[in-house]
Amino acid sequence: MNSILSIRELTKSFPVRRGVFRRTVGHVRAVDSVDLDLAPGESFALVGESGSGKTTLARCVVRLIEPTSGSVEFRGENLLELSAEVLRRRRRHFQIIFQDPYGSLNPRMRVERILAEPLEVHDLVPASGRKRRVHELLDTVGLSAEAAGRYPHEFSGGQRQRVGIARALATEPELLIADEPVSALDVSVRAQIINLLAELQQRLGLTMMLIAHDLAVVEQITDRCGVLYLGRLVELGPTRGLFERPQHPYTVSLLSAVPLPDPHRTTERIVLSGEPPSPSDPPGGCAFHPRCPIARERCSSDRPALTEVAPGHRVACHFAGELQLGQNASPDASGTFSSSDRSIQ
Amino acid sequence: MTARPPVVIGAGLVALFVLAAILAPVLAPHDPAEQNLARRLESPSAAHPLGLDELGRDILSRLIFGARVSLGVGLAVVLLSGAIGSLIGAASGFLGGRVDAVLMRVSDVFLAFPGILLAIALVAVLGPALRHVILALVVIGWVGYARLVRGQVLQIREMEFVAAARATGVRGRLVLLRHILPNVLPTLTVQLSLGMAGAILAEASLSFLGLGIQPPTPSWGAMINAGRSHLLDAPHLGLFPGLAILLTVMALNYLGDALVDSLDPRERRLHIKQ
Repeated sequence: MNSILSIRELTKSFPVRRGVFRRTVGHVRAVDSVDLDLAPGESFALVGESGSGKTTLARCVVRLIEPTSGSVEFRGENLLELSAEVLRRRRRHFQIIFQDPYGSLNPRMRVERILAEPLEVHDLVPASGRKRRVHELLDTVGLSAEAAGRYPHEFSGGQRQRVGIARALATEPELLIADEPVSALDVSVRAQIINLLAELQQRLGLTMMLIAHDLAVVEQITDRCGVLYLGRLVELGPTRGLFERPQHPYTVSLLSAVPLPDPHRTTERIVLSGEPPSPSDPPGGCAFHPRCPIARERCSSDRPALTEVAPGHRVACHFAGELQLGQNASPDASGTFSSSDRSIQ
Repeated sequence: MTARPPVVIGAGLVALFVLAAILAPVLAPHDPAEQNLARRLESPSAAHPLGLDELGRDILSRLIFGARVSLGVGLAVVLLSGAIGSLIGAASGFLGGRVDAVLMRVSDVFLAFPGILLAIALVAVLGPALRHVILALVVIGWVGYARLVRGQVLQIREMEFVAAARATGVRGRLVLLRHILPNVLPTLTVQLSLGMAGAILAEASLSFLGLGIQPPTPSWGAMINAGRSHLLDAPHLGLFPGLAILLTVMALNYLGDALVDSLDPRERRLHIKQ
């Protein structure tokens, strides 16, 4: 596969320290041996519940967090081996949009400076042309040029997120990682921001990794989709195929929880028992087996590898496909944004 | 939340004192060193609104000239200890690891010492002189700023906009200068104005103990000390310099409190609208 981003066995574990002496008593594997390839220009979604390691994975990819092991190849170059200075210069090619539009903009900088900074540190536009470029960027994300002179606190959440998107686009990156870009926003503006992202991705030919827990959004704007559970990738495939015929029991239960806009359909929800296990003490074998409705003995000892079940569709389950979405429960592609306001948290 | 005094009150009072110090030779009605032993301890009158001291010198003139010492020492101490403390605190918080551990253990040693006692010991060893007083107060003063700035840097560097700056490709040094320190500045400024009040009090204490600036140069602390032996027969000797210290310290505290609000860009707009 001709990929722009190639992640191999990426693992990040955080030490767990306890007691007076802060002894390390164990490790939390927030991201556990993840393999993932993104093709140029594709729109990829990473889904999973809170605590599944989505954000950690994203931050490891751009080295805002140093991964414990593995490799992240971007355009054939392992980012994890780059020196600080070389990495800093490469950063213009991959950018990230943060979840919290309130915290991700420096409160003491006017929008103009926020957007000019990437141009300046990468020497992209001479000082004289920066103002024009800033106005262009604002226009790209649907803000007026007048916004340049204002401070972040003068904007609404949705507008701030537009500023965040403009900042990420300032360096004309090839890869854009959007870390739950709408989960901190009002439901009413979520669709606007998502549509803006989808449109920009198309228009600029960006490779996008969208981290989300809102499945309706994922279904609408992404080509491929990966499901993360306890730091492990459990299912990976084309979004349409994965939504229509999910193979992993976790994905099945996740999809069965998506609310449908049709009142005549009866949804057969698969309700999982218990809480997700602690990543500091993950269950042996398949991480999902304690909550899995079809788990058997083998699942508690053997860790399943990602195996191809259909072209491009891979699943990490010994009994992939055995649990099916109920006939009536299949969410169809016409699911509109109105269904997104009750997202899976 | 209690209402904070507007900036103008604190700033106005402070400006008044600063102006008095600068214009001392013009404002003072008499020579602060001119003695008139025949009229010693005289009570306030039209010619001498605050009376005369134990050597028959005009107290108002001495107070006005004394403001130079008090404010000068306060400003020098605050600027020097603020600069040194901020540098150490910023390095400590930003670099972390061993640098942080070493710097903070050193600051612990300074913190463990009773500050004024250390200052007294230093001045006693070095000899009473204005620059020694400043040095001693900086030695005990920098720790507070270092701790404050370190804490702020630690807190702010974990914020998302700092991660965003790093993800953008901003150099580490620039992240500190552009994104972290400007956000420390409001807290630091407030601390500086409160610290100046503290430094003025400390200088007065040292002068009161005879360790500050030496006669005949007037200093508020030394004036209170002189008034001590005449508290009953001529209370105006100690009263007026005491009031001067009280007012200055209060004005600086007012200013500090008011700055908390006005330095925040989020609050600034609101004030303009009102």
